[in-house]
Amino acid sequence: MGELKVLGGGGEVAVTTRFSDLLQWARKWSLFQYPFVTACCGMEFMATAAPRYDIARFGAEAPRFSPRQSDVLWIVGTISQRQGPVVRRIWEQMADPKWVVAFGTCASCGGFYDNYTTIPGVDKVIPVDVYIPGCPPRPEAVLDALMLLQDKIQANDRKPIIVPPNHVVENAPGNAKETDS
Amino acid sequence: MSQAVVDRLGTQFGERILGTSDAFGDHEVQVAPKDWVEVAQFMRDDAELRMDHFIDLTAIDYPERESARFDVTLTTRSSHTNARIRVRTHVKDGEEPNTLSGVWLGANWAEREVWDMFGIKFQGHPDMRRILMYEEFIGHPLRKDYPIDKTQPLVPYREVTDIDKLPPFGIEEGQPFARIDWEARLAGRDHQVSPSIGVQQGQRRTLSDSEAAQQIQARIDARMAQEAEASEPTEEGSGE
Repeated sequence: MGELKVLGGGGEVAVTTRFSDLLQWARKWSLFQYPFVTACCGMEFMATAAPRYDIARFGAEAPRFSPRQSDVLWIVGTISQRQGPVVRRIWEQMADPKWVVAFGTCASCGGFYDNYTTIPGVDKVIPVDVYIPGCPPRPEAVLDALMLLQDKIQANDRKPIIVPPNHVVENAPGNAKETDS
Repeated sequence: MSQAVVDRLGTQFGERILGTSDAFGDHEVQVAPKDWVEVAQFMRDDAELRMDHFIDLTAIDYPERESARFDVTLTTRSSHTNARIRVRTHVKDGEEPNTLSGVWLGANWAEREVWDMFGIKFQGHPDMRRILMYEEFIGHPLRKDYPIDKTQPLVPYREVTDIDKLPPFGIEEGQPFARIDWEARLAGRDHQVSPSIGVQQGQRRTLSDSEAAQQIQARIDARMAQEAEASEPTEEGSGE
């Protein structure tokens, strides 16, 4: 939460910070999400929301199926040309501040649907904050994206970002390569 | 079982069955468009055939064929005898065969899809609208002369300038990109058509698998070299 100063001593403690920092801190831990799920990525989204990966740990467990009540628009899956106006309308109905996550390759760049049916990336229609690669992405990547988004919210940074690849398998205990040193 | 259907249709319609085949065990009869509904009605109502299961109705585009551009095919099955048969008819561009939606209800949507994708209208259809594409769409995308990657957006595209999508979002990803001759396309010699049509129309040469792989590898190498060059100074800076 940026700069924290503890003043005083004994029984009474006062903490100072900037108001904007406090506001962003509150926002990032209370993200109401609108899942716009159109394709197979939805299964991974469900896995992320279910207890094993438990997106509730990040304060983002409550889905709101009204755009007027939500903060984050998850575009989960392929967006066809016919859905373009719908996505645009939903995004316009969301109240500021709002964020958009492109979940999976299709939402990010159209994937292998290089043809007349599909919008090549939902960012052609609405601005996107975080892109998650993968077809579909693993729940770990989704949680990485959520944490990236929280960092962006805290820093008040609207520059789009792609979730970097994470070599989970190589780094996992037991899978680490043996080295001489 | 299905051969019995072919025989029965042969005895019933005689010369009006223009041809039969049984390639790979799929029995097929060919009829003229004027007999299209009559044959279907007979197959459904005949006490011996009882073809009560409408499976699919679709079309095939043969743009190089001069006599009749399209084949319309009907696949139907009997749940009593388990016989399955395909009926085929040749349809000229602009010709309107009669609808089968009075014979099988399921033909309604299948014929709408054929209209949407191939532009073949059906006479007497109760609701001849597009079913998959939007009303604003111009053309019929499964005709082979429709450029496969020509999009018709309903919402004007945003200019996306604030992010540089690198792999895994680059052109190396996905299936259709691999066979496209990107050098030719970027130079304007290869227009926005599917690779196979580009070859047919002489706009591009055929790329073999190994050539396509070489092109992709060359692009990857070039990009990696570019990135290594760009990241060198910062590495030195952070090392100190």
